Amino acid sequence: MDPIIKISNVSFQYSQEEKNALNGVSLDIQPGEFVAILGHNGSGKSTLAKLINSLLLPTEGEIIVKGMNTKNDDMLWNIRQTAGMVFQNPDNQLVATIVEEDVAFGPENQGVDPVEIRKRVDDSLKAVDMYEYRKRPPHLLSGGQKQRIAIAGVLAMNSECIILDEPTAMLDPSGRKEVLQTIKKLNHDENKTVLLITHFMDEAVQADRVIVMDGGKIQMEGTPKEVFVNIDLIKKFGLDVPQVTELAHNLINEGIMMPRDIIKIEELVDAICQ
Amino acid sequence: MSIKIEQLSFYYGQGTPFETKALVDITMEIKRGDFVGIIGQTGSGKSTLIQHFNGLILPEAGTVYIDGTNIKDKKVKLKLIRQKVGLVFQYPEYQLFEETVFKDVAYGPINLALDELEVERRVKYALELVGFDYSSVKDKSPFDLSGGQKRRVAIAGVLAMKPDYLVLDEPTAGLDPSGRNKLLNTIKKLHENNITIILVSHSMEDIARLADYIYVMYQGRIHMQGTPHEIYKDSEELKRIGLGVPQVVDIMKALKARGMNVDTDKLTIEGATEEILRVLRSKKDA
Amino acid sequence: MLKNLTIGQHYPVESKIHDLDPRVKIMVTLIFIVSLFLINKFQAYLLVFVFLGLVIKMSHVPLKMVIRGLKPILIIIGITFVINLFMTPGEVLYQIGPLDITREGIRQAGFMALRLVLLIMGTSMLTLTTSPILLTDGIESLLNPYKRIGLPAHELAMMMTIALRFIPTLMEETEKIMKAQKARGADFESGNIVRRAKSLVPLLVPLFVSAFRRADELAMAMEARCYRGGEHRTRMRALLMVRGDYLALLITFIYVGAIVGSRLIQI
Repeated sequence: MDPIIKISNVSFQYSQEEKNALNGVSLDIQPGEFVAILGHNGSGKSTLAKLINSLLLPTEGEIIVKGMNTKNDDMLWNIRQTAGMVFQNPDNQLVATIVEEDVAFGPENQGVDPVEIRKRVDDSLKAVDMYEYRKRPPHLLSGGQKQRIAIAGVLAMNSECIILDEPTAMLDPSGRKEVLQTIKKLNHDENKTVLLITHFMDEAVQADRVIVMDGGKIQMEGTPKEVFVNIDLIKKFGLDVPQVTELAHNLINEGIMMPRDIIKIEELVDAICQ
Repeated sequence: MSIKIEQLSFYYGQGTPFETKALVDITMEIKRGDFVGIIGQTGSGKSTLIQHFNGLILPEAGTVYIDGTNIKDKKVKLKLIRQKVGLVFQYPEYQLFEETVFKDVAYGPINLALDELEVERRVKYALELVGFDYSSVKDKSPFDLSGGQKRRVAIAGVLAMKPDYLVLDEPTAGLDPSGRNKLLNTIKKLHENNITIILVSHSMEDIARLADYIYVMYQGRIHMQGTPHEIYKDSEELKRIGLGVPQVVDIMKALKARGMNVDTDKLTIEGATEEILRVLRSKKDA
Repeated sequence: MLKNLTIGQHYPVESKIHDLDPRVKIMVTLIFIVSLFLINKFQAYLLVFVFLGLVIKMSHVPLKMVIRGLKPILIIIGITFVINLFMTPGEVLYQIGPLDITREGIRQAGFMALRLVLLIMGTSMLTLTTSPILLTDGIESLLNPYKRIGLPAHELAMMMTIALRFIPTLMEETEKIMKAQKARGADFESGNIVRRAKSLVPLLVPLFVSAFRRADELAMAMEARCYRGGEHRTRMRALLMVRGDYLALLITFIYVGAIVGSRLIQI
């Protein structure tokens, strides 16, 4: 299958800065995949997201979204429709004063027929479990609920791919859980391609594939197991590993025999209590 | 010497249809030298509670004593209470406003009407306490710093008032793991410097690691209180009221459920490692 | 908490008036305002009372809410009353120092004050029964024909929507920053005007910085959601005139007809 997003050798430099924010990044994302991008603040991960959405254009290299080059101006709106974005601050991405009006904002911009918009808005709100809140003003909702509204806004545009730029960074534990469950459900049930940018390890563990970025480059790539095995390397990049992985690592160092690639509680319990 | 709260209640929008109970019958005492954690979901009342600690909100029902002084007393100068109890809000970097780091940190001391020399001494003390090199950072614009640095400058702005108590509301929100660890170490250092710390958070890992005593807030009430060990014993209840528990707690519980005779009240990875090793090795010896 | 304040004092209940097309409500309000200026005798106010009373009754908005809208402009009403009371020449009834109160003055003052009161009550019926977003839609739709002569109808409406969306957020933020600076010993309440103005700097700078950051992020989020101005844009909720709307217009025209008629009758 052709990748839905093909990033080839992309570099990017912000105009007022000397150093490249991205340095020769290449990455293919397959349709239906759930990819997590990890990295500390300033590692270039958010820049990458904006490049895919054509909010920024690569200084070098190119990005092809579903066959469309992000540099091609004529395809701009098709690209943004294909790869929808959810941002970090829930307050700064909702436009309207009523939830359902906000979800309708994307399809309205695309010039979709009113009857069809109504249907999409209702379906999207149901998909994120926010249908009962459709008449509420967004500023009275919780952070997790606002982010789910933002996700519904992307769904209503019929995006095949959802790019989420640290969507849970400003949320409390229950808000984070809500959002992650929603993302997983959309990936699983609706076959949406998900690109989740985060620095929470427990979220990255749930992805099909994890990419670790540092200094504008991809430093590690693989399944969560393959990546989190390298505890020392991960820590070098200013990140953490799940507590269970660290615990297993400590036990191995003390001479206890168990697999090195433990990332879930059940795996550790099985290894110890066999 | 303590922050002492007796039967404090607070309602938002009293007498309107929007009336909500923010705090109900809170009684607590935080002594000098303590390291206290307050945890609770968004909307559990913790933010309203801490604003009573320095008189930003004056108690409607109940009393707040700071080192024995009732803050509602007419003779009390609130400025002095606010000097004694420093309050760092969530995302404090958004309150920076001066052209230089020095001027921003000096804002508090100047408001206290201290002389120039003392202001400078305080600014230096505060910036160094949060881990900056004073001479290289003081003339920079706070807006040119990174997110984590801005936050530390903002905290220095409160520390420059030399508070005896420091209340921090979600100090690590939005930081990446290394930024978080750095800041938590700084907070630990502040405590070692004889500042009483009250850490408000919904991050269980941070609180479990640092606090000696924890208050759990739920629907405006103190729902549970005790040492971290006592609190995390009831991890099911914590989850029920929407709080996470450190993964270590879940691991130890799962091992116990599979018949391994481990002590489940381990909160840190180090503690858990030792405990599992102890049980595994004693089994081997037997 | 500030964020619970409702903006534009919309009073959300179900009623025939709430259900009317916002364009109709805006037009009726405009006609109502004009009608107040057409009145030239006290007796005609009876017509206005009947009309406005009917609207208030049908809207299910408590009279108390409508009258509350008068509070902020009580001073203006007072000043209007006093000026008319003393400045109208005519048959002198009382004298207070150098000021004369005339029969015509009393009549004129009452007349003008009543006009203002009715004006405010009438226009607040529009905001009380129409949500801000519908009001914006209505204004955009009414201004649409003037696009051809270069009036940015869509942009104006979008600006209004975003302002309404962010007012509660920024109010909350102001409160937060104020508290944070108070925690650092700031004093916003005492001192003379210069001192007080100066004390606002630590509040205003962070507020502006934050507002610009929000604007920046919002612009990016809007672009990511394919926003490109009003061209090719559709709306989920199309405004549709139904029988009730035409009926409301008809009643309004009859009312204005009666007001105009009252000018011609000599009583």
